[in-house]
Amino acid sequence: MAGGREIKTKIKSVQNTRKVTRALEMVSASKIRKAQERMKSSRPYARLIRQLIGHIREANTDYSHPFLTARQEVRRVGYIIVSSDRGLAGGLNSQLFRRVVADMRQWQAQGVEIDLVTIGQKSTAFFRRLKVNLLGSVTHLGERPQLEQLIGIMTTMLDGYGEERLDRVMLCYNDFINTMVQKPTLDQLLPLPEVQALTSTSHEWDYLYEPDAETVLGQVLTRYVESLVYQAVLENLASEHAARMVAMKSASDNANKLIDELNLRYNKARQAAITQEISEIVGGAAAV
Amino acid sequence: MSTIRCDIVSAEDEIFHGNVTLVVATGEMGELGIAPRHAPLITRLKPGYVRVTLENGDSQEFYVSGGILEVQPQVVSVLADTAMRAKDLDEAAAKAAKDEAERALANRAPDMDLAEAQAKLAEAVAQLQALERLRKTLKH
Repeated sequence: MAGGREIKTKIKSVQNTRKVTRALEMVSASKIRKAQERMKSSRPYARLIRQLIGHIREANTDYSHPFLTARQEVRRVGYIIVSSDRGLAGGLNSQLFRRVVADMRQWQAQGVEIDLVTIGQKSTAFFRRLKVNLLGSVTHLGERPQLEQLIGIMTTMLDGYGEERLDRVMLCYNDFINTMVQKPTLDQLLPLPEVQALTSTSHEWDYLYEPDAETVLGQVLTRYVESLVYQAVLENLASEHAARMVAMKSASDNANKLIDELNLRYNKARQAAITQEISEIVGGAAAV
Repeated sequence: MSTIRCDIVSAEDEIFHGNVTLVVATGEMGELGIAPRHAPLITRLKPGYVRVTLENGDSQEFYVSGGILEVQPQVVSVLADTAMRAKDLDEAAAKAAKDEAERALANRAPDMDLAEAQAKLAEAVAQLQALERLRKTLKH
């Protein structure tokens, strides 16, 4: 019997793998929904703060904040790279990293230096092998990332920009478009591209400021940038689960195909063995 | 009794929205009580409670650890911080992030890390598959 037993054990092991991939697929499917809800619940804040920035800028057109003014010369660029902590998510992280590295190469070719901070283990592991200046990293954000966990790296980047050590800050993450599509995205975080003012009606009133317009605008802009980073983390989390679900689904399908093939081989081997046995018996009986 | 719309949001979640008759909060310059038709105002908030009084006289309290309060003619918005924020606290967090990065960099030396090993494994598997295919075509 040509390896009947061996085929049987192989089938078993593939079945076990399929169990794991199925389980991962289902876990991710349920987590996507939660991640999407979290994305939705973070939107009102961003909307209100955009509105607020629009109002303040409308009232104080003469005052401009460093976050809003582009600098002529770019000597050093900062990157905030959002990735997942765990793998098994198809090409999600590597596609993003490839785009980021290509972008970095362009800057480096112009003699611009690069600083970066990473979110998630995958990016920390990847970028520490490259010759770049890793200023900070945060990992293990879990299923419910809190803005609080991101304060450290954001302070590094925002202070760097405020103190003119950095001339531009980019935000890199996977944009969640739908379950099948996640788009590796590089957004310019600072200086802020023109904030889309959400002023519905033009108004003739101005605010009373406590303590004063500059301080308030500064804080509002900082919070706005922070909420952008936070939202990118949420987008990336949803993307991670979606990518993992798709990857695990195709792994399960492949396992099914493999099992079918192995079953066929097993049955053939079994039949061959039976045929051989019969012919041996017949041959033996004829000899008697 | 006249009311004003009130939205309380944090970066993570929407905390409260509805029509209220009074909002009380701790501004940077002192306690504030906002009733309908208050003049437009923006102020930073100190850590403390934001209390809203609903139309039916009930009141609700929310703790905020700072943030911004904005009064517009039709709406009061509170953009709450959920984390304690202060210059030195933020800097401590930045330092923690830097330490984490340095730890990751220091770990690089001795053995291959998992990601690297996985990449090598994938490469080896691809080579094996190519060999297998080559062997099959040679046989036929």
